[in-house]
Amino acid sequence: MVNGHWAIEAQGLWKEYGSTRVLQDVSLTVAPGEGLVLLGPNGAGKTTLLKILATLIRPTAGLVRIAGYELRRDADAIRRHVGLLAHGSYLYEDLTAVENLQFFATLHGLAVRKGDLLRALGDVDLGGDADQRVREFSLGMKRRLAFARLGLQRPRVLLLDEPFAGLDQQGIKRVEDSLTAFKEEGAAVLMVTHNLGHGLAMADRVAILAAGRVAVERNRHGLDPEALSALYTTHTGDR
Amino acid sequence: MGWVTAIGLLSGLSAGFLYAPRDAVQGNVQRIMYLHVPSVLTAYLAFGVVFLASLAYLFSQRSRWDRLAAASAEVGVVFTGLTLVSGSVWGKPTWGTWWTWDARLTTTALLFLIYVSYLLVRGMVEDRERAARFSAVVGIIGAIDVPIIHFSVQWFRTLHQPATLLRPQAPTMDATMVFTLLLNVGAFILFYIYLTRMRLHLTQLEERT
Amino acid sequence: MYLRRAWAVFWKDSLVERRSKEMANGLFFFAFLLLFLFHFALGPDRARIEMAFPGLLWLGFLLTGLLGLGRTFLGERENDCLEGLVLAPGDKSAIYLGKVAGGVVLMLLLQVFLLLLFTVFYNLEMRKVLPGLAFVGALGAIGFAAVGSLFAAITAQVRARELLFPLLLLPVVIPLLLGAVAATGELVQSHSLSAARHWLALLAGADLIYLTTGLLTFEFILEA
Repeated sequence: MVNGHWAIEAQGLWKEYGSTRVLQDVSLTVAPGEGLVLLGPNGAGKTTLLKILATLIRPTAGLVRIAGYELRRDADAIRRHVGLLAHGSYLYEDLTAVENLQFFATLHGLAVRKGDLLRALGDVDLGGDADQRVREFSLGMKRRLAFARLGLQRPRVLLLDEPFAGLDQQGIKRVEDSLTAFKEEGAAVLMVTHNLGHGLAMADRVAILAAGRVAVERNRHGLDPEALSALYTTHTGDR
Repeated sequence: MGWVTAIGLLSGLSAGFLYAPRDAVQGNVQRIMYLHVPSVLTAYLAFGVVFLASLAYLFSQRSRWDRLAAASAEVGVVFTGLTLVSGSVWGKPTWGTWWTWDARLTTTALLFLIYVSYLLVRGMVEDRERAARFSAVVGIIGAIDVPIIHFSVQWFRTLHQPATLLRPQAPTMDATMVFTLLLNVGAFILFYIYLTRMRLHLTQLEERT
Repeated sequence: MYLRRAWAVFWKDSLVERRSKEMANGLFFFAFLLLFLFHFALGPDRARIEMAFPGLLWLGFLLTGLLGLGRTFLGERENDCLEGLVLAPGDKSAIYLGKVAGGVVLMLLLQVFLLLLFTVFYNLEMRKVLPGLAFVGALGAIGFAAVGSLFAAITAQVRARELLFPLLLLPVVIPLLLGAVAATGELVQSHSLSAARHWLALLAGADLIYLTTGLLTFEFILEA
């Protein structure tokens, strides 16, 4: 914990759209250097939860603290410390890879040089495509370019929404490795996914979100894949 | 509140149509003034409330300010409509036409358009908080724009009666006329408060279900 | 820092537009079309066209600008880029400033193009009024872009945006239209702006007020 704070702390989160309850009394914590994987079927409220933590959606009720900052008061301070890999890539199709990174860096007030941009691209195997327009990229390449932003930003909290979607085996391995590296540098990682196959390597804990509630939370160690998928089926009714 | 308003309106309008003297030049048509002037003043009051409530909402993020702005805007649009209609009825015999491109009439018509689009924005955004913030911005721009519109339209052309009551010199109206007019202005303001409160009450009922 | 961020938004938008040319082609073609419509509406009488010139010119700017400014934030919808802008820490009005700058440049380009078309097709003599017209045009462009960018940020997040944008923008910018038309009319008549000084003051005042309001309120529009 930094200064006695969790990196991510949510207490009693509720989110309602009209009469639909998307989240009901969700509480979770992630310490610096820790990885939590949140599993759940489509419609369980995973993306909503992640967007609340990233300051994109306001909760109906509940408390959120990221890196020690309270969401309602200090959303702007939170944004300086959070890196989000969302469903949308936030990429401009008519800019090149390096231009996209440059724009992101300037807008976020990051002090980076051209060399840093190229290094971040190299880290995700896009070094040779720096001056290609994003429109010509495959889905996996776009995914990796979006991931390269996190390398520039070096956030204290990483929030990832299905980070492995569209990646090939090599890409998955790359992302898993860099997530572990982020953790070793002290960043907290929260990843949501409906895919039980990937990303568990970097997880310290696993939780299951079903119908807007955290149904169960376990230490990952001592939880083999069969036990996990049995647990998942029990709580979500999903195979 | 409802009864007081009803009595106020009734006595105001009956005073306007029965008690106050006939205008020497314009005749009975002039009596529309007792409807026209109070409704335009009330409309301006309503949009002033929209402006202040919008500001208050953006600063405090409390939804009751947003509800007040919305209710006041709806009532204000109704009063603006009333102003335009009564103005036309007055204009036909006085100026010989239903509509003229006179400065204050045009300003009022533009005001009507601005606040109708304000209400449209509210209706088109699903998320409540977003709708509130978007419409607050539109409400603020709209209010700030009123003086700009007023000057530009006034310079463009003008043939309205000079403002009679709010002029620094002594009013050129008969004392009973002034009294009747003020009575009606008071009654209309009560009517505005009553309608806005009803609208707020209705919103609360809608939200509870 | 603030200006660098505003510049980044402007730079990004102009780069995208230079490469895709999505907007430019459509708008220039539309301006061309408008000229024909004006011609058919007024007939071949040259005196009539000359008399209506200030109004037609600004109607042309207004209609093409309406289409162009309405797209200010449309490009941000692809890949959820709008969310990315929300996530950027710091003063959001820098983004607004960058968008307004882009809008002003777009409006100025459209004005040059429309003037060229008017000169060629209606055979009007422009040389004497050109400097004054550039001044009035710049004042008008700033005001339109200031209100237009603000409302475009709203309508980009709304369902019926094609409909809502003109409904919001047109009544608010009427003073700009009146001032610009009146000043242009004065210019055409007397080849000088001195008689239209109060109109120029109104335009400049309106620009200042719109821009300030936009800078102060933009964060409430681009916020979660």
